[in-house]
Amino acid sequence: MSTATTLFEKVWADHVVVEETADTPAVLYIDLHIIHEVTTPQAFSVLRESGLPVHRPDLTLATMDHSTPTTPVSTFKDLLVAGESAANQVRQMEQNCKDFGIDLLGYGSGKRGIVHVIGPELGATQPGKTIVCGDSHTSTHGAFGALAFGIGTTEVGHVLATQCLLQRKPKTLAINIEGRLPQGVTAKDLILAVIGKIGVDGGTGHVIEYRGEAIRALDMEQRMTICNMSIEAGARAGMIAPDDKTVEYMRGRPRAPQGAAWDAAVARWETLHTDADATFDKEVTLDAGELTPMVTFGTNPGMVVGINEPVPESGDASFRKALAYMQVEPGKPMSENKVDVVFIGSCTNGRVSDIEEAARILEGHKVAEGVRMLVVPGSEQVKAEAEARGLDKIFMEAGAEWREAGCSMCLGMNGDIAQPGQLTVSTSNRNFEGRQGVGARTVLASPATAAASAIAGRVADPRSLS
Amino acid sequence: MKPVACIQSRTVVLPNKDIDTDQIIPARFLTTTSREGLGKAAFHDLRYNDDGSEDTAFPLNQTDAADYSVLVAGNNFGCGSSREHAPWALLDYGLKAVISTEIADIFRSNSLKNGFIPVIVDADTHTWLLANPGAHVTIDIETTTLTLPDERVIEFPIDGFARHCLLEGIDQLGFLQKHTDQISNFEETRSWKP
Repeated sequence: MSTATTLFEKVWADHVVVEETADTPAVLYIDLHIIHEVTTPQAFSVLRESGLPVHRPDLTLATMDHSTPTTPVSTFKDLLVAGESAANQVRQMEQNCKDFGIDLLGYGSGKRGIVHVIGPELGATQPGKTIVCGDSHTSTHGAFGALAFGIGTTEVGHVLATQCLLQRKPKTLAINIEGRLPQGVTAKDLILAVIGKIGVDGGTGHVIEYRGEAIRALDMEQRMTICNMSIEAGARAGMIAPDDKTVEYMRGRPRAPQGAAWDAAVARWETLHTDADATFDKEVTLDAGELTPMVTFGTNPGMVVGINEPVPESGDASFRKALAYMQVEPGKPMSENKVDVVFIGSCTNGRVSDIEEAARILEGHKVAEGVRMLVVPGSEQVKAEAEARGLDKIFMEAGAEWREAGCSMCLGMNGDIAQPGQLTVSTSNRNFEGRQGVGARTVLASPATAAASAIAGRVADPRSLS
Repeated sequence: MKPVACIQSRTVVLPNKDIDTDQIIPARFLTTTSREGLGKAAFHDLRYNDDGSEDTAFPLNQTDAADYSVLVAGNNFGCGSSREHAPWALLDYGLKAVISTEIADIFRSNSLKNGFIPVIVDADTHTWLLANPGAHVTIDIETTTLTLPDERVIEFPIDGFARHCLLEGIDQLGFLQKHTDQISNFEETRSWKP
């Protein structure tokens, strides 16, 4: 029998505290637990009721992102813009972290931001770690060769209390991306194409490993965009083997290993790859060279089409319902649709390179009349760096809103929403019905496509501007 | 968690595919710090019209959850967000189980931890259930079977440990805590420290 193993299997095996049996799941150790205000209050309540401490506050990274306003906050009154219950949730997060000895990257820290943006930028996200968070886009951290997945609130309680989870070993799915992305086609277009190909349930029960020439060519922030949307294909986790780019990204980050520990870590990271003769439960191959900018036309991220291609037709009832909700006609390209709102941000595309990609398109242009454009940095550090590069001025001169860090319109729970019927071109990850506001329509796209759409006032191909 | 052994109920059908957790409970209802009382938010934007009145065409508004507590849904139910508020909302509304051809991983895991039963069936059984709303069905956790009105018995997959926890009403945290020594040992002896 071959002993060759995949990247996933190596990281899994390194964290098994108790092996799984037919009757019981494995006890899996968690190296980094990221928590935020929305999916933790009920877990802390369980600890309080049971009189339990947090087992490893030092392995717990806390911030606030989902229900926080993206207008400047200086007082409790300002927090109320997102509603009284949201303000209460933020206050409770502060109290829980204080009571349980967890260092909170909250207001005034300068490091607050979206859970999946701050983990990597602090260097807390590292190759070979197991990382969980009560948020499905935890898959993002897999870009570093970590095993990272979203969990529910009950499981948040398990990790707080024991630093472990009960897990059955998932299956493996290799997604091989051959060739190179053409000029003007981005990582976001690539992952939308992948989801379009395998479907929103194509990865259910599996951990994805993204491989191939096109993946190796991506920088770390682009790789995060890829792994982020693994869950949109049904996979709890997506991974990319670490390489020189990963090591360079990690170097000097505040929470990365230092000194002799750095050398030992790099040596260990170099072993984190799938062996040549290892096998996957499933494999899918795509040619990056054939891709164009992609946009969604329906109400799930698998309903995706090239920006200049006609929206397909289907007799399926769910498909037709989605098109009716989106007010989209089959046979016509998405570029015929008028745009009301443009959103740049989220854990998918809220990093400096994403903001820069949008700024480069927008520079010297104006946001079309009648279009509202929100630019929401993924973290306070992203915001500061973008401002240091002068990117904020490009947006404001074009007529866009430059906001405070947070999840914002990605899920619209902080009050940043589109109105019923409005169409938003969004760099986020979900175009579900009502996701960005009751009756709001969402078209998922890259930052470049979103910026081009803001200028044109309709869904637009960024290659016509760059 | 209360033990769950057997559910006998009529079905209510939502045939749409890919019903995501944002549809099950929209994000604006997640600013709570409690797990109670979320039933009023379950399927909120599908249940109510813009003026706040009930949409009488929506299947859940045509049935009483007391008698119709088994949901039959299109393929890939519960995809999207990891919010455990989704099964909390469904349970608080009065639903006890969902039957589909596929149920998303995180939703399924969250459901089992709260005694909401995810039942995965083959395409033929699913097609029959979609076409026969209001069918009397029995979901037996002990035998992991679904029984249809014509006495057809269909086995469904459920992890043995999750089944045991459902039947006994066991809290999985208690099980994890039994491994405290192994966890400490792992922390002390592993080859590198996070």
